[in-house]
Amino acid sequence: MDYLYFPGCTLNTKAKNFDQTARDCSLLLGFELKELKNWTCCGATFPLATDNIMALLAPSRILATAREEGTALTTLCAVCFNVIKRTNRLIQEDGEKRDKINNFIEKNYQGDLRILHYLEILKHEIGFSQLKERVKKPLTGLKAAAYYGCMLLRPFEEMGFDDKEKPTLFEDFLEAMGAQATEFPYKIECCGSFQSVGSPDVATECAYKILGSAIKNGAEAMVSTCPMCTFNIDHKQSDIKQKYLDFKPIPVFYFTQLLGIAMGLDYQTLGFEQNAVDPLPLLKEKGLL
Amino acid sequence: MKIELTRQKVHNEFAKKVELISGQNLFACYQCGNCTAGCPVAFAMEVGPHEVIRYTLLGLEDEVLGVNTFWLCASCLQCTSRCPKGIDIARVMDALRMVVLRKKERKDHIQIPEFPEGFLEKVPQIAFVSGFRKFLS
Amino acid sequence: MGDNGFVKRAMVIGGGIAGISASIDLGNGGYEVVLVEKLPSIGGRMLQLSETFPTLDCAQCTLTPKTVETGQHPHIKLLTYSEVEQVEGKAGNFLVTVRKKAGYVDWEKCTGCGLCQQKCPSKDPSEFDRGMGLGKAIYTLSPQAVPNKPVIDPSHCRYFKEKKCRVCEKICPVGAIDYEQRDRFVEERVGAIITAVGFDLIPMKSFGEYGYGEVPDVIDGLAFERLNSASGPTTGEIRRPSDGKIPKEVVFIQCTGSRDPERYMPYCSRVCCMYTAKHARLYKHKVHDGQAYIFYMDIRSTGKGYEEFIQQGMEEEGILYLRGRVSRIFRDGEKVIVWGVDTLTGKKVEVSADMVVLATAIVSQKNTKDLAGKLGIKTDEYGFLTEAQRKLRPVETDVEGIYIAGCAQGPKDIADAVAHANAAASKVQGLFARH
Repeated sequence: MDYLYFPGCTLNTKAKNFDQTARDCSLLLGFELKELKNWTCCGATFPLATDNIMALLAPSRILATAREEGTALTTLCAVCFNVIKRTNRLIQEDGEKRDKINNFIEKNYQGDLRILHYLEILKHEIGFSQLKERVKKPLTGLKAAAYYGCMLLRPFEEMGFDDKEKPTLFEDFLEAMGAQATEFPYKIECCGSFQSVGSPDVATECAYKILGSAIKNGAEAMVSTCPMCTFNIDHKQSDIKQKYLDFKPIPVFYFTQLLGIAMGLDYQTLGFEQNAVDPLPLLKEKGLL
Repeated sequence: MKIELTRQKVHNEFAKKVELISGQNLFACYQCGNCTAGCPVAFAMEVGPHEVIRYTLLGLEDEVLGVNTFWLCASCLQCTSRCPKGIDIARVMDALRMVVLRKKERKDHIQIPEFPEGFLEKVPQIAFVSGFRKFLS
Repeated sequence: MGDNGFVKRAMVIGGGIAGISASIDLGNGGYEVVLVEKLPSIGGRMLQLSETFPTLDCAQCTLTPKTVETGQHPHIKLLTYSEVEQVEGKAGNFLVTVRKKAGYVDWEKCTGCGLCQQKCPSKDPSEFDRGMGLGKAIYTLSPQAVPNKPVIDPSHCRYFKEKKCRVCEKICPVGAIDYEQRDRFVEERVGAIITAVGFDLIPMKSFGEYGYGEVPDVIDGLAFERLNSASGPTTGEIRRPSDGKIPKEVVFIQCTGSRDPERYMPYCSRVCCMYTAKHARLYKHKVHDGQAYIFYMDIRSTGKGYEEFIQQGMEEEGILYLRGRVSRIFRDGEKVIVWGVDTLTGKKVEVSADMVVLATAIVSQKNTKDLAGKLGIKTDEYGFLTEAQRKLRPVETDVEGIYIAGCAQGPKDIADAVAHANAAASKVQGLFARH
């Protein structure tokens, strides 16, 4: 079975490793991510100003195009997932805005696509128990902290991804891979998001708190679903290290990279060169190379 | 330090604008402070989101627009998710940004030419695109 | 009367909603009740209210069926315009002497036609309307009064003051006016007594910082009830006392005299949060373009549907709640200046208001202590009747056969006062059943 797939800008460049590993794994799992034609940036933020129709046009156009090709649209990036899912729901529920948007983009989209996150395919379409049976190299002994961030979960009423205060889907995935999921209170706290552009120090501080909380609870690695989060909690570890001298960096994986290891993909195809903190020493230590 | 309240001030144009852009009823806020208590960036804010709402309701436009609170909001929606009165506080913060950015002076919150060297190469698109949407007029 | 001489007949002192409720319960239980009320008719404070929280039901509409039922009840004997003079005996055999005050109208003859009230030439501030409207010297408390018979207030009557007039006597078609009437005493033998003498409000003249009650547009909560009542001095329009203008900025101040251990009453008066919210909402219903401000220290809304009522006021009616006490109120031309604070912003707040409503503390009726002395029961330092045990015996007293109900025991809202009265009536029935 094929899934219509919207990669989003960052997965096309700075998070190629996220995109590629997802595609490779899907083939091993018996489905293909069919890339949406002529896709554009989703806008990277769902407009919270209720009168900002302009910011809805890009995701609306993506949705309308996707509807011409299928009935569901899959994303990997948590931010894209959020923007696209919320826009879809808005088009579905707000007739006035729907008409306005359709007028602008010269389409007649009604909001009837199913919006999926890759993790939802793994859980609901394949099933974690099925997935577990397909694991070739269990991630035994790897203590990994599933970091949800914000966009998968909130607003809960619209995202419907998992429990808003204590989600477990991501941990269930890690356990299926054979890893030991580290429970930590900051797993639903914000990484600082776009403040990495507005107030970088604030984002660094947010990331430090999240990493610190995970490490304190025994994590050896972080797992992310979002290139924005990954930038803040992975790439900013050098900044954290400068400010907090005793901070010990830990690698941050995209969940598809861990899926790739477990599925038996060659580690050299997992794009670790794009990770800021090198995960290879840890993987070697755990015998996962 | 002193506010002279009138009915015109309680229903001030500034608060009305914020309510209109955010789609939220500021009078619904009963100042429990949950938004501030759970805000991940409150540590860096000059006043908490609940205070911003209070100030806006009382028409203290200059004071509200002068604080860093809404610029620091990362739209993580934790406040929105937990507000007992169902106020989408993140929308209120965004509305305040919009009030500033839509003024004719077009005073941007960030200046791209002032980015440090190599910054643009380092930061992913996703951060730029959303950041520009939040900080530029 | 039981075989052992135990009198199964009860007296209820106080004809407010608590006393009425207890009387009806006992009457329906088959016991004879003597209901003693000091005013000319029953109904009490509730009769002064416009609407009640949290349903905004018309107070008179809910009360009148109860007063009528009381007046017509075959087992209830009304002694209005009467006060307890002396109490002797013990449970099962109290002998109560009741003073029937001279009302200068022979109620045996009076038909309640109301002509005398129409023609009476005197016009003086009405106490029932909190001094805002003008009342006649010969009066009933309301057109639906139970009993619907008038009395003459000699302090306002021209005949009593100036020895001329006698208009009422001339107009009365049945010759019921009797200027020579004197107080009379009746004795009632009862087995149990429920004391439900109600409450008063701390007078506005207690508050120097709020103008000693001398700023005309600063009124208390009961006065606002009268302003808002269709039967009140403005027939329900919100008009301020000084010039009859419709106030556009109204400040409500909770905890006036309550929760103030240093200067006034240390306790919470329990109803002010709710009735202030009600006042502000009723004001907004009548003056759409007006602004209601409420200064509060805390909002205590513990009854069923109460918190929702408060929040609706904020959210849907745009009432501005300001957390803080008001330090001073003074008149400035047509305006009333209010110096308050919003502790949520830490800023001093000044409002140039058109009218101010003080939610003044509930206090005990001034003669409660006297009455308690006659009954041999205790009062606390604020004059409220003391129950036998704070938690488990809330309607009993230290004296067997004597019970308490309603605000005479401490501040209560209507629902709680009625429940308290129901409990007292049930205790009396239990006592009677045992003998």
